[in-house]
Amino acid sequence: MIRLRDLPHDAHFRRGARDMLPFGPGLAAWGLVTGVAMTQSGLGVGLSLLMTFTVYAGSAQLASLPLIASGAPMWVIWASAFCVNLRFAIFSSHWRVHLGHLPRRRRVVLGYLLADLNLLVFQKQWQGEGHQTGQARYAAGGAATVWIIWQATSVAGILLSSMVPLEWGLGFAGTLSMLGMAYSMLSERTAWVAAIVSGAAAVAAFSLPLKLNILVAIAAAVAATLVMNQAGKALQAMRPKTPR
Amino acid sequence: MSGAMPQWAWAALTILGLAAVTAISRNVFLWSRRELRFPEPLQRALQMAPLAAIVAITAPEIFLSQGHLIETWRDARLFAAVTATAAYAWRPGVLGPLVAGLAVYLPLRLALGW
Repeated sequence: MIRLRDLPHDAHFRRGARDMLPFGPGLAAWGLVTGVAMTQSGLGVGLSLLMTFTVYAGSAQLASLPLIASGAPMWVIWASAFCVNLRFAIFSSHWRVHLGHLPRRRRVVLGYLLADLNLLVFQKQWQGEGHQTGQARYAAGGAATVWIIWQATSVAGILLSSMVPLEWGLGFAGTLSMLGMAYSMLSERTAWVAAIVSGAAAVAAFSLPLKLNILVAIAAAVAATLVMNQAGKALQAMRPKTPR
Repeated sequence: MSGAMPQWAWAALTILGLAAVTAISRNVFLWSRRELRFPEPLQRALQMAPLAAIVAITAPEIFLSQGHLIETWRDARLFAAVTATAAYAWRPGVLGPLVAGLAVYLPLRLALGW
């Protein structure tokens, strides 16, 4: 079992760290924007720093900012963030194949540090392979690079934007980022339905207390996609079979 | 805001809870040594939840002001959202639309007060 302080000299760790560098500029811009959005939503420097160093999940951070600003109940904020983070749950079942052999403490610490980009690069490197020696160290190297770039730029965004007056409304940068994120998730027809149902429900149910409109909208969208999938299957079954 | 707790303490507690949400969601299938599987139907049902959550939070931020639909077209947010949408259609990505949207948003807001 490798010791933590030997990691920087490990070949797998270094390769994992290096393979992440091409993504540095995009990661940096993203960290900067998240830093700006945090302070400009009214969190202030201290709480923004606390958020970047503990939460460490860009999209969940951005999503929770308007909810925190409007004083939504904690459990609604946590539930919404969990929905945004659901992809990580699915990712963790992929990581399990490669990291399952580690002792629990290392598993959990590494798991906490591994974001979307890490899985993407990892899977490209170890295409379809099962467990191999060096994979955990490779993953740790990637995690280190992402963590350093993200935190450095996020802190820069927090400190730089703390000089901008809140009246500028620069917090809207967070909303615009989420808009772009949402567009990039609009892959198939079901996604369009989910987005339209969710957006309409969130606006229509806005007057619900406790910001429950968010959870109502998510439930409505999930229900709508389920109904649509079932209806699609039923239609498929009725149609005469033609090869496509 | 909740009761006697000072606002920063409330926010700090919320943030620490969010950190737990990150830790938990990234470890759902790493925590246990036993092999667990994500049930296929559940996975399919929840596939759209992240998108739904993001849209549910974003839409009111763009279309509502003080809890009501925007009544004037002179709102910098609308123009910024339209610009960001056009920018995305032109070249998909997250940063391009963001920069384009802000380039419209800030002048409208700071110079015209929209």
